[in-house]
Amino acid sequence: MESHKQVVERLRVTFRSGVTLPIQFRLAQLEAMLSMLEDNEAQIIEALHEDLAKPKFEAVLSEIHMVVNDLCYTINNLSTWMQPSYVGTNLATMLDDCFIRMEPLGVVLIIGAWNYPLQLIVLPLIGAIAAGNCAILKPSEISPSTEKLLAELIPKYLSKDCYAVVCGGPEETKSLLENRYDHIFYTGSQSVARCILQAAAVYLTPVTLELGGKCPCLLYGHLDMKAAAKRLVWAKFFNVGQSCVAPDYVLCTAETRDLLIPFIKEALESFYGSEPQQTKDLGRIVTDRHWNRLVELLKRSEGKVVIGGQSVKEEKYIAPTVVVDVQESDALMQEEIFGPILPILTVKSLDEGINFVNEREKPLALYVFSDEIQIVTTVLERTSSGGFCSNDGIVHMSLPGLPFGGVGASGMGSYHGRWGFETFSHKRGCMLRGWVLERVNVLRNPPYTESNLSWLRWATTAKKRGWAGCSVM
Amino acid sequence: MERQVVDKAREAFQSGKSRSLPYRKQQLRALHRLITEHQADIAQALKQDINKSVHDTTLFELIGLENDIKLAESNLADWAAPWPARKNLGSANDDVYIKPEPLGVVLIIGAWNYPWALTLQPLVGAIAAGNAAVVKPSELSEHSARLLKELLPQYLDEEMYPVVTGGVPETQELLKQRFDHIFYTGNSTVGKLVLEAAAPHITPVTLELGGKSPCYIDRNCDIAVACRRITWGKFANCGQTCIAPDYILCEASIQDRIIKEIGNTLREFYTEDAKNSPDYGRIINTRHFDRVMALKEGCTVAIGGESDGSQCYIAPTVLRDVLPHFKIMQEEIFGPLLPITTVDNLSEAIHFINKREKPLALYVFSSDKKVIKRMLTETTSGGVTVNDVMMHYTLNSLPFGGVGNSGMGRYHGKHTFDQLSHHRACLIKSFAMEGLNDARYPPLTAARVRRAKIVLQSRFCRCSGMCVWAIISTIVSIALLIALLVVLL
Repeated sequence: MESHKQVVERLRVTFRSGVTLPIQFRLAQLEAMLSMLEDNEAQIIEALHEDLAKPKFEAVLSEIHMVVNDLCYTINNLSTWMQPSYVGTNLATMLDDCFIRMEPLGVVLIIGAWNYPLQLIVLPLIGAIAAGNCAILKPSEISPSTEKLLAELIPKYLSKDCYAVVCGGPEETKSLLENRYDHIFYTGSQSVARCILQAAAVYLTPVTLELGGKCPCLLYGHLDMKAAAKRLVWAKFFNVGQSCVAPDYVLCTAETRDLLIPFIKEALESFYGSEPQQTKDLGRIVTDRHWNRLVELLKRSEGKVVIGGQSVKEEKYIAPTVVVDVQESDALMQEEIFGPILPILTVKSLDEGINFVNEREKPLALYVFSDEIQIVTTVLERTSSGGFCSNDGIVHMSLPGLPFGGVGASGMGSYHGRWGFETFSHKRGCMLRGWVLERVNVLRNPPYTESNLSWLRWATTAKKRGWAGCSVM
Repeated sequence: MERQVVDKAREAFQSGKSRSLPYRKQQLRALHRLITEHQADIAQALKQDINKSVHDTTLFELIGLENDIKLAESNLADWAAPWPARKNLGSANDDVYIKPEPLGVVLIIGAWNYPWALTLQPLVGAIAAGNAAVVKPSELSEHSARLLKELLPQYLDEEMYPVVTGGVPETQELLKQRFDHIFYTGNSTVGKLVLEAAAPHITPVTLELGGKSPCYIDRNCDIAVACRRITWGKFANCGQTCIAPDYILCEASIQDRIIKEIGNTLREFYTEDAKNSPDYGRIINTRHFDRVMALKEGCTVAIGGESDGSQCYIAPTVLRDVLPHFKIMQEEIFGPLLPITTVDNLSEAIHFINKREKPLALYVFSSDKKVIKRMLTETTSGGVTVNDVMMHYTLNSLPFGGVGNSGMGRYHGKHTFDQLSHHRACLIKSFAMEGLNDARYPPLTAARVRRAKIVLQSRFCRCSGMCVWAIISTIVSIALLIALLVVLL
């Protein structure tokens, strides 16, 4: 079996051969990935079910379909994205060809996560392939069925010389990180992200980090409580709360909370029935360790459970749970929940809610429910987050035209659609000059004179709005 | 002390002052005034730092900076405005856009070779993007650092844009603090330290580093003009430019001609006695002087070679028949030594370049379009100028930055604004269209899956956009043709 070093070397040799550069090659690989998903949909759904008890609906919508969508979008637009983009010139450079050329980086490392084990590794791979790179994939070992399936399918459908899957746990990841890459793309936790940044520093490798955090959900002002509750419940309990963009906690006034809870109850019942443990439409916690963490969190919480609270260890089941009277210092507010527990904190005013959010790390997503556009705008203007969605949750990440990524502690860089292509590309600034106008060039040469300087200043200083400026002729 | 400065800058940022566009414009205008009102002082400081001539000061430091300020000022409203993004059927009624937002407190660490441009151009973008910024000019260009520390607070909001001077200990102390972005210009050794310092805080970093920028001269080109342009770029600022052509690659048959042309040009630019030319610079300090001199080891001098340690003067020097294993080919020269390495042909030149770290800049001189195309498509580098050197740096609509060992990230013009902004994805929905949403709620039936797929799909078919438009426009034109025929007949 190949060592990691050998895999990286092999891919680097392939990359140097130039085989990934032509658009036909890239499109062929993307089309092959499409076939991979279409041919193996049933197996993928099965693997996701084994890993997370993921309902078929969720597997299709949030995993397979998201990837297929991005694939089609990329295939349809790749030739446009690959075109050099010509930039504005000025007097001094108006006879020159000045453009930005999109170039691949080389060999990239993509480390996936377990909560959406297909999507979170294949979506970055689409960007990497589209941009002309070779890639090593390291799926999460915590979702072993999907990991195994990917290890089997990727070499079957995609070029083995360009794309490799490496399986294993933290030790293997550590060993992988000892090698040199041209970009590292990591989805996961902040603590591991720090290690990755340290490893990348050795080789000056750029990194994209898709992390998480506590995504706040503010409800304020006049709103359609029933619709808000449905959307909130859907976003929170999708994948049993194990989404990096799930609304982590709610901030609202006490009055809103009292009006909201019955609607949440109603929505939960309409979604999962009166016995959520029985429905096939609710997933399970990924491992015993994660289940223990969540049950422990709930135990340590000093809030009051008003909905749910039940858990069954053998099934890794936790009921959709809502907790009220949660204070800032509560256990539930100290870490990202990543599970089906929704704390509701009360604030007296929108200002207090905004300040609460701003005192914390910048989240990956921020949600506001309100019919009043003023309130939505105020929250948007006065906070920061990776992404923002009003009157719904999660869905902003399904739009391939929007960049998906964090800011501050929730991550750096972005992807999806064209953003993925750009993440894995180098934007090379190119200026093609001719041999004419050497007389003008003479102005810049020593021996320096005042009059040459004034002419050059005139020719190169930006005057008009929108004209590119040029210095130094 | 450093901690307090950063804390104060963060407080200033959190006050929300810098979010206002008029505030940002006012700061940019003030920065512009600083430069125009103190041109003479800046030139004087640069003369003392690195023997830079007044002309070099204007040309290489100030014009680009002024252009960036003017561009930012006049385009700020456009740059800061949200721009719409593509929707799908499910979001047809929604507002979908990308909103540029400030990051917070940015640390800018400048370099000593162009202490004003390389420290203040990032600041222009930081201000324009609405950030606070801690500015740390290089201590090696100490007169410029001192002048900047004195002047900046007189023109700009002192708490929002503090200047911190000092050497390694002060920089290390600064790097322990938490920033929302770090922008570093310098060498790759310190670049790695910056990345290591940023890691615990998960701070994004822009690194403008360097490397050996190759310069390939094809035998099929105007060699005299090529050599003039190369000479200009190589020996400006005494070779201490991150994008100076580091070494020449050419076929052996043209080496002598190249040496002759460069020699002619050097005499024309700096006279026979470059030491006494007012237009020729000096090495920044003794340490770098010694470093550059040591690189000559084992080389054959074709032009120049003289030096005077007391002045940190090294004559414009060309070295011939340099072999790949020579010391001078192992590190970035950053001085007025120009090695020529011969290759058999273009393929060998490309291979030579690709065996090495990705450079910050790459230069190719040729009248043959095929040669240029091969160089562009078979190599990579931060940026490229063809048939000249360094000029791609000067056009601020081109992104300027490195790749691989030469750096990460890019700036100049709007690119700085983008680099120091967060592009926040925004989806503004209403409570309407709940019926559509219904498709995604459990209990989950096959019918719901089908409906949800349609709503979330970004395209109706897998054919390209052009293809769809082609079909639609063909149908429309046929319809129009039929209508026309009906009318005529």
